[in-house]
Amino acid sequence: MTKPISKTVEALKKSGIRKFFDIASEMKDVISLGVGEPDFETPWHIREEGIYSLERSKTFYTSNSGLKPLRSAIADYIERTQGIKYDFNSEIMVTVGGSEAIDICLRAVLNPSDEVIIPQPSYVSYEPCTVLAGGVPVIINLKAENDFRLTAEELKSKITDKTKCLILPYPNNPTGAILEGNDLKEIAKVCIENDIYVLSDEIYGELTYKDKHISIASIEGMKERTVLINGFSKAYSMTGWRLGYACAPQHILSQMLKIHQYAIMCAPTTSQYSAIEALKNGDEDIKLMRESYNQRRRFLINSFRKMNLECFEPFGAFYVFPCIKEFNMTSEEFALKFLEEERVVVIPGTAFGESGEGFVRISYAYSIDKLKIAMERLNRFVEKLRS
Amino acid sequence: MNEELLRLIERNSRIDIKELSVLLGKSEIEVLNDMQKMEEEGIICGYHTLINWDKTSIDKVTGLIEVRVIPQRGQGFDKIAERIYKYPEVKSVYLISGGYDLLITLEEKSLREIANFVYDKLATLDSIQSTATHFILKKYKDHGTVLTKQQEDEREIITP
Repeated sequence: MTKPISKTVEALKKSGIRKFFDIASEMKDVISLGVGEPDFETPWHIREEGIYSLERSKTFYTSNSGLKPLRSAIADYIERTQGIKYDFNSEIMVTVGGSEAIDICLRAVLNPSDEVIIPQPSYVSYEPCTVLAGGVPVIINLKAENDFRLTAEELKSKITDKTKCLILPYPNNPTGAILEGNDLKEIAKVCIENDIYVLSDEIYGELTYKDKHISIASIEGMKERTVLINGFSKAYSMTGWRLGYACAPQHILSQMLKIHQYAIMCAPTTSQYSAIEALKNGDEDIKLMRESYNQRRRFLINSFRKMNLECFEPFGAFYVFPCIKEFNMTSEEFALKFLEEERVVVIPGTAFGESGEGFVRISYAYSIDKLKIAMERLNRFVEKLRS
Repeated sequence: MNEELLRLIERNSRIDIKELSVLLGKSEIEVLNDMQKMEEEGIICGYHTLINWDKTSIDKVTGLIEVRVIPQRGQGFDKIAERIYKYPEVKSVYLISGGYDLLITLEEKSLREIANFVYDKLATLDSIQSTATHFILKKYKDHGTVLTKQQEDEREIITP
């Protein structure tokens, strides 16, 4: 065959995270702080419910939008945590991870050349998914001095006639930043004034270490323009189950559901049965995992302080985002040298957008024992660079 | 009471105050005070070590003994429980609901010594009606810790 394949796809960049894992996989005694995946196993009672569903021969497709009891449990959960009421028949759908929801949301909302505002540093999929949906990514480079919060002014400055949608990635991967009530109100005001949709990616919503996470959809006038995306991967440590969901006004959700029908059919059945158990009896699991993450977070922040490494205190997700500008290297050079000399994987901030230059992402989805060794190595590395 | 602190030292009683202070986001003095208070209140009763004796060359046999007891007037089960727990080889004594009354764990060097304890000391006590002795063959999990295998990181490489 000589005919060219899709130019759009060929033009997509490869993810910047991959490269470091490939190098690391060739080395011995490497500590990876690169993974964006919880280290806990899925709680046993949740797994057990999946096994039980198999024993009862629940091996068929579910309805396209997902099992009714699951959608109903999602509706209860959102009402209980955010005070927002969604109709589980017309406003909630179950997806293959939060990532599918992001993809189909953008495809359902965008017309060619519609602009999507993406604050960065952020999750690496928003930009390619926007491009694949025919949209135009408009990047906001978030600032370290604002602790990587999105401000209403920054948002305003990027709005044009073509702005269709804002992606709101909080609690944030890779910075660990969160938005609080007042930040959200200001942003909501701008969205309402300019009539733009919001894709609110709240996959880390259960992992905050200050106040409870607030969804922008809970602010008046926002539910009708927000697609709230969440899932089970991070909160319940269920990454491999591939299960997420979207809550949105019916006129958007019904269109998302069409794409989901044609491309996916339905999310995995076994996972859906387990997820019901997670939502119903998983609060204590989340509490204990959150407690562990918080201890590790404090440990890392304390270690950075001791080595005089600049880092704002993040209150969400399971990442810290220290600044490495003092070493006069790019993030990529720093991460590469650190890996080569000390055998620790961290991800250069630039993997998450240009504004990540001068920072690296460190995941604390690792045991304290591993983090301790990694921080000893980082300390040694930093001292060497400074001398 | 500091529940988070309790969970940490339940898993690792050797963890030092400095580290506790970092993990809990409290000053060392606060942590020390919390611990002292919980010791005084009898919430923290000791700082033990979990040992897998099977990996040593030392012989140890653990027996679980179910005991049926005739409770004594005015004292219920407490007095007989006390008589039993005073033996140093008795590691734990629980009052149990169900088919029998007391559950005793006993650690000895051999089966014979456990047997001796049961028919010499235990069965001869007045208020004891009957006993049933079980021997532990293998410990898979003890005090929340899996003893049989090391957990490994199963996460594969994935992007993004």
